[in-house]
Amino acid sequence: MRAFDYARATEAAEAVGSDARLLAGGTNLLDLMKLEVETPARVLDINRTGLDRIEADGEGLRIGALVSNSACAADARVRADWPLLAQAILAGASPQLRNKATMAGNLCQRTRCQYFMRTDTRCNKREPGSGCDALEGVNRNHAILGASEACIATYPGDMAVALAALDAWVEIDSPSGRRSVALREFHRLPNGIAHRDNVLEPGEIITAITLPAPVRGRQIYRKVRERSSYAFALVSVALVLRMDAGRIAAAQLAFGGLAHKPWTDSRVAEALLGQKPSPALFDKAADLLLSGAQGQGENDFKIPLARRTLAAVLHDATKE
Amino acid sequence: MSENCAARLTVNGSPEDFLGDPRRSLLDFLRLDLKLTGTKKGCDHGQCGACTVLVNGQRINSCLSLAVMHDGDEITTIEGLGPASALSELQRAFVTHDGFQCGYCTPGQICSAKAMLDELAAGWPSAVTKDLTSGPIPSDEELSERMSGNLCRCGAYPNIIDAIRAVMQAEEPA
Amino acid sequence: MLTTYDTPDQRNLLDRTGQGIIGAPLDRPDGPLKVAGQAPYAAEYDLVGCAEGVLVGAAISKGSIAAIHRDEVLAMPGVLLVLSDKAMLRRPAQGGAAQAPAQDVRQIDYHGQPVALVVAETFEQATAAAKALRIDYDDQSGSGRFDPDALDFAPGEEPTVLGDIDEAMSKAAHRVDETYRTEGHASAAMEPHAAIAQWDGDDLTLWGSLQMVAPNVKELADSLRIPDARVRIVAPYVGGGFGSKLGISHEGVAAALAALELQRPVRVTLSRQQVFETVNRRSETRQRVRLGADAGGRLLALGHEAWISNLPAEDFAEPVTQATQFLYGGDNRYLAVLKGEITRLTAGSVRAPGEAVGMQVLESVMDELAHKIGIDPIELRKRNLPARLPGQDLPYSSRKLFEAMDEGGAAFGWSKRKPKPCMTRDGEWWVGMGMASAARVNMMQPASAQVRLEADGRVIVETDQTDIGTGSYAILGQIAGEMLGCPMDRVEVRLGDSRFPAGAGSGGSWAASSTGSAVFRACESIRIELAGRLRIDSEALELSGGIARGAGKEAPVTRLLAGAPLERIGRIKPGKTADNYAQASYGAFFCEAGVNAFTGEVRVRRMLGAFGFGRVLNAKTARSQCLGGMVWGIGGALSEELQFDPRDGRLMNHDLAEYHIPVNRDVPPIEVLLLEERDAAASPIQAKGAGELGICGTGGAIANAIFNACGVRPRHFPITPDKLLAQLPDPFAEIAS
Repeated sequence: MRAFDYARATEAAEAVGSDARLLAGGTNLLDLMKLEVETPARVLDINRTGLDRIEADGEGLRIGALVSNSACAADARVRADWPLLAQAILAGASPQLRNKATMAGNLCQRTRCQYFMRTDTRCNKREPGSGCDALEGVNRNHAILGASEACIATYPGDMAVALAALDAWVEIDSPSGRRSVALREFHRLPNGIAHRDNVLEPGEIITAITLPAPVRGRQIYRKVRERSSYAFALVSVALVLRMDAGRIAAAQLAFGGLAHKPWTDSRVAEALLGQKPSPALFDKAADLLLSGAQGQGENDFKIPLARRTLAAVLHDATKE
Repeated sequence: MSENCAARLTVNGSPEDFLGDPRRSLLDFLRLDLKLTGTKKGCDHGQCGACTVLVNGQRINSCLSLAVMHDGDEITTIEGLGPASALSELQRAFVTHDGFQCGYCTPGQICSAKAMLDELAAGWPSAVTKDLTSGPIPSDEELSERMSGNLCRCGAYPNIIDAIRAVMQAEEPA
Repeated sequence: MLTTYDTPDQRNLLDRTGQGIIGAPLDRPDGPLKVAGQAPYAAEYDLVGCAEGVLVGAAISKGSIAAIHRDEVLAMPGVLLVLSDKAMLRRPAQGGAAQAPAQDVRQIDYHGQPVALVVAETFEQATAAAKALRIDYDDQSGSGRFDPDALDFAPGEEPTVLGDIDEAMSKAAHRVDETYRTEGHASAAMEPHAAIAQWDGDDLTLWGSLQMVAPNVKELADSLRIPDARVRIVAPYVGGGFGSKLGISHEGVAAALAALELQRPVRVTLSRQQVFETVNRRSETRQRVRLGADAGGRLLALGHEAWISNLPAEDFAEPVTQATQFLYGGDNRYLAVLKGEITRLTAGSVRAPGEAVGMQVLESVMDELAHKIGIDPIELRKRNLPARLPGQDLPYSSRKLFEAMDEGGAAFGWSKRKPKPCMTRDGEWWVGMGMASAARVNMMQPASAQVRLEADGRVIVETDQTDIGTGSYAILGQIAGEMLGCPMDRVEVRLGDSRFPAGAGSGGSWAASSTGSAVFRACESIRIELAGRLRIDSEALELSGGIARGAGKEAPVTRLLAGAPLERIGRIKPGKTADNYAQASYGAFFCEAGVNAFTGEVRVRRMLGAFGFGRVLNAKTARSQCLGGMVWGIGGALSEELQFDPRDGRLMNHDLAEYHIPVNRDVPPIEVLLLEERDAAASPIQAKGAGELGICGTGGAIANAIFNACGVRPRHFPITPDKLLAQLPDPFAEIAS
């Protein structure tokens, strides 16, 4: 780990406009600092800034940036009204990591691309302009949607996939004031500038994640991986679906493990609406989802895997 | 840079001052500065759980935390649960049920199990909890999912579950 | 008493001593210290003034160092030394080498190879400086060989050829000829390799994490060009080994050199990534198995060829066909292991070298044959157990394979298995059952141990034998307690110090039977001496509760000792029994697995192993060894796979987040049946190897359960979802019915 200056903030305002790296749970930042993938000169510890409350927000919920993943998943309101979020959080990492990891930190979690995580390779995300060694390397876990020649990394998290399906928003304090970004717009695709994972600007701090009013229907987070726990997703599907008189009345979906961001595609839900569930319908939805999918060889299997996982989840959500 | 930074922690009930390089992990502070080597370094990246300690009662990976971040925190390590001459019930159960072989992951497993039992008692859900709104039923699958943040290469997992189960049964009201 | 073991000891003395200690499921005596965090591992000794060393890995795959920019990092805070030395190890020592492995880190053989050591006052300083060290290379990576399918292969040993396999295959009524693959494995012991070195004049003490102390002393001394007698190794607690600590590796020599240079203690711990990148891997394998059977299911032809890899100039070749040599009959045989030179980190012993991957493939192909013939897989195996070792006409010392299949099958409920795939569905999951034989060659190694009966009647056992989680502390004490009639709370076992007599070390499943036999023989000498003092024949001696009795005489042991301790060293080494008998441990695995009809995820739902490995010395620790082996089997079958970059051979998944050993939730309830057995040809305590048997075939049982569940025959391990997806039946077809 490179040497750095450490300071503690007592209120969020100290972080606004700061050029320091913000240290919350540390489970990702310190990991990457040990690898010297991250080499900040200044680190600002924001754990004591009080952003760790979960509050009602009209019919919705406002979850403070520093609420731990565990606390969020254990919250009675989350479990009752947004169970998809609890499921997704609990599918990720380990209990120890979830106790330390925060909501905002988890949104900012960086890719697990092994070329990104070692400093002796070419990686446009770590070192803009250097190239991408993953393209012809070990890329079993890499993206099949929205990737570019610059970067085929995936966003590795689970929580944000659920938040995308739930239409959550990210509340950000910046030197010019407070702004909100739809979670679906928060993470970026790599085209052009692979080193930027999301739309956060220097000097900004995430203060909260807000959930809109609960949506009725079955909520399912399905994560596929060869190890049954403590492993990143090969593919994941977040689904909220409501049936009415044997037809699909409402559906919200997001996908993990496929792209540089939690993947959403409005055409998939549109194809489902008003339809009777059937394997053929699920296939049609998958066709839309995967129409632009591109494998790199080792990760070609993600295309049929995404198709079949979507079918499993839709079947599960629509069965009597 | 890397100037000395300070924090005051309580470790196993004793006040301990940290003064030093901010890069020092909580794990290395315990092992190198306080000589509390019961907490193990297995990967140094939050991937194995051998370094699990309790911070204010909650289990965390001490390798992915800086000592300086823990000003005011109460830390409990395996040494705080019981020495060999006066083992806690959980530690004794690990011996009885052979919940370890080489012993290297063991302090982390035991600290993790202790906090896990508290999480269960508090009704926290896990990835295998069927009904998120009511409390978890402590099936074997619940216990093994909740202990999956602690790797054991010797493969003592079934015995670890047996040891935890034995303690749970002993603590049930008659 | 002869040292070599030439005649099977049929006295079964441990069955006559009557203490109820041997075999009992006693708690590990090292348990309380381990669960309290008070058992010190290698890196945990508190030496005054200890400096911290961190190794630097090569950024190229092949070549040499042109320049090292030492001065830049020597200017960094706290940095004391930058070492890149011709004595530093380029590769780890192979198990039992007893001499220095490849040295001189200025030459580079594989990506990530240690090339330098940076020592600083603190761990953080050393880590940052190691990362900052700039090295110029003469890069010859272009001449590396990185594709394991495109190597020049040559036989590691002479192939085993009996009869004419091609002709026998052509005449067989039923035949299977398939090629399988297994990917490379890492030992991934939980304790990373670590060493603290301290010099006192010319004498070196090394606190290390090592499996075989006596050969490790020689390896270390040879590497440092000093006499063996100048080296002391201390390793009383070892956080797992699984082959990776059989020989010394980079950290010990580096620590010793730096400590000498700085004249202060130096600690070097490999990072988890360095453990993956620089210590022994298990080779990937390609295996062709040919089975030809007559109409009655009896093997006529048995072929097993394996293609494996290692670095140039490494003799070790994963002995894939080791159990195929003796397990099944068939008069026409062709067995061969072919080795190719590759530019990847050193291949060496990883738990159960040979059988771990050979058995999982052989047992999968046996299942294919049973399915083709249309008979029960157990029946096929029973029809093919040879009466004497094929080609060598030797008797089997003892073999509980029949019993393991019958008793294991009954306990598991094998009779409920559906004979065809896709007949059981549980929600999204296809469910099936599979079985496999377990077999692991049995080996004795030279061993010695000292037993001292103190004047007050306490018993002290001392040997450099290590306990890497295997239970040496427990079973060596139990042998002594049983033989000397001493309750366990008065028996103390001291291990892992080169000042003690050399045990067999922890490897090849031989520790218990070899070092245990040395303890047994030391105790027998003590018994003979005590009988003499009581003036009776030693055959008549009974020792119990501190009293010696026999032939109508009786005396307290303390009186016979007359205030002085009685000390004997027991020794054993393999003799004629090793040549005259085919020795192996056997068993059977049963597995129920689920395959997700949509995603191809596989979950083991329950498992049973029934094993016979001679006398069980401690039923609790023996069961744990079997459990652990089966957990390894789950990993090898479903998730463990070293992934190398195809362009430069660097290991990409070099940590525990990306190399997936099983987690707790991957492991279902597992039942272990230990079969009563005495194998006098194996050892005078009638015990055989137990530590590796549990992994030798497990993967086959899992693969066979997968086939039985969903009809897809996996021929590439680990069986990850991507390898099943394309052939899985329509997930909706069955749900509708």
